[in-house]
Amino acid sequence: MAERLSRKKILSPEKIFMGMTGVFSLSVLLISALVVYELFSASEPTFQKFGLKFLVSKEWDPVQKVYGALPFIWGTFYTSFIALLIALPVSLGIAIFLSELAPAWLRSSVGFLIELLAAIPSLIFGLWGLFVLSPILQQYIEPPLSNLSWLPFFKGYPLGLGFLNAGLLLAVMIIPTISSISRDVMYTVPANQREGGLALGMTRWEVVSKVVVPNSRSGILGAVVLGLGRALGETMAVTMVIGNTPQFSLSLLDPGYTISSAIANQFTEAFDKLQISALIELGLILFVISVIINAFAKLLMLRMNRFSGGARI
Amino acid sequence: MKKILMIAVSAMLFAASVSAASAMTLNAAGATFPYPLYSKWFYSYAKQTGTKINYAAIGSGAGIQQIESRTVDFGCSDAPLKAADQKKNNLFMFPTVGGAVAIAYNLPGIRTGLMLLPSTIADIYLGKVKKWNDPEITRLNPRMNFPNMPIIVVHRSDGSGTTNIFTWFLSDISPEWRQRVGSGTSVNWPVGLGGKGNQGVAGTIQKTRGAFGYVELAYVLQSGMTYAALKNKSGNWVYPTLANAREAAGHAKIPSDFYIKFTNSPGKNSYPIAGFTFMLIPKNLAPAKAAAVKNYVKWAYTNGDRDALSLDYVPLPAKLKSRILNELNRQVR
Repeated sequence: MAERLSRKKILSPEKIFMGMTGVFSLSVLLISALVVYELFSASEPTFQKFGLKFLVSKEWDPVQKVYGALPFIWGTFYTSFIALLIALPVSLGIAIFLSELAPAWLRSSVGFLIELLAAIPSLIFGLWGLFVLSPILQQYIEPPLSNLSWLPFFKGYPLGLGFLNAGLLLAVMIIPTISSISRDVMYTVPANQREGGLALGMTRWEVVSKVVVPNSRSGILGAVVLGLGRALGETMAVTMVIGNTPQFSLSLLDPGYTISSAIANQFTEAFDKLQISALIELGLILFVISVIINAFAKLLMLRMNRFSGGARI
Repeated sequence: MKKILMIAVSAMLFAASVSAASAMTLNAAGATFPYPLYSKWFYSYAKQTGTKINYAAIGSGAGIQQIESRTVDFGCSDAPLKAADQKKNNLFMFPTVGGAVAIAYNLPGIRTGLMLLPSTIADIYLGKVKKWNDPEITRLNPRMNFPNMPIIVVHRSDGSGTTNIFTWFLSDISPEWRQRVGSGTSVNWPVGLGGKGNQGVAGTIQKTRGAFGYVELAYVLQSGMTYAALKNKSGNWVYPTLANAREAAGHAKIPSDFYIKFTNSPGKNSYPIAGFTFMLIPKNLAPAKAAAVKNYVKWAYTNGDRDALSLDYVPLPAKLKSRILNELNRQVR
């Protein structure tokens, strides 16, 4: 009897706890649903006026009230792609060095510095890009690049601001994310696998390239997706260095525009209802892009795990 | 000792209750351009009268939205509202203070004092004058040595009252600009880079060789940038100074809805790129609050000029002030 009573007492706080945590997790769903609903309903005026043409139109003219999202979508993808192109090899190098090659004392201090880099506010990166990086690019780096103007990637006049500057800045900002997660994933590769490789007569390079990296593939992919997420949504730093010119250009030397910088730039002083609605639809597009990328990464990770069953994060 | 403490405490309580009796709090939101001056005015006004004004510098567009939905007691906007919009939302609008826009540039070896025709500025912003050694520029400045270098045009990327004033000016002096681009707080720029905020444009110009752009006068003066002298409507060469902008404001035509625009203003020394920032009050504001707002405007017009000038803002002409106060008393009860 006494035992039953006490069990009942234990059970009821447990139920309360379960209920509470359940409500907390449901609130995430509810908030996401509300965000989507708000974005949808507030972007209705542009949706009605331009329809799907909004996605492919290049014009953005608040005076004539004509709005198109293509240059912004392009700029968002292009800057993130450049950033990833630079950041991925560097981050993998850092991760491999820290997990496989570095002596223990260097490991912790370098690791600490990299994590510190992730804690710097993006505005500081932006100011650095505008005041330090841009004159260096304009005077020393971009002039030799512009000699290669027969390539579409290097057409145009060296401005210092533009896709190259934004891509470099984003790369610096996502390297800490990608490298520290990749390092942690590589740590989880069991020591006996490395030892097995060495016992078979593999060199250090072969152990890294044939044992450690393949085993951490899905974790590295996860790190890349997190980095990409930061690059796609980064606002202040990019706004300060991208040049804020809505145009569709392949050239690294040209200025561009991203979705988040368009919203940051124009939302506060947008007078026209249609402009506000167009900016909100841009926000909706960014939301959809991140959902698609995350879903794609999840699928890819599932497939990889089925084939190799490696380390997970 | 205890007694002294008691007296001190009761005196403090008494003082607090007195100021609470006359204290009143007003809430306002809007433009960022006048914020440095407004915060100084609000501070001095609260110290003198006990009326506190909370101001959220969230941008003109947001300020207009907030006053339309009546979540604040008054709103502020850098670009004026058309008479129809004022009427639709039952608002009374009037200017509070003004500012001038300078043409700044960064060209090694060229100092302040580049002489430019307004039409040249329009041609540069239309992308028709592309290089620094274009005859349109060199002809007027024979003593300066211009490199064969592209002009890197810089403009504001965020919506801004400064852009509104500058594009008003371009539309005034260039029919092609009026037709192809027009005016507004943000426009579809034919050429150029965008910088966020006055700081962004100023920073971009200072760090980019060959850059050319328009910046709020206060930023130009405080950051030591090089800037141009322009030919005004009367044919004189003028620098962007507070005195020249004040003269331009004195020649402004004043319509009954106070939608005042004085770019390319006549007058011997008038500087052609300048404008006002505006305040919006609901005509049916609660009487106590309406009285408080009126008192504040009167106070700012009477005591605020010195602060305005020291922060590089352009005070309103005296005649305009008295006309606004009359209308304010008549239209807002």
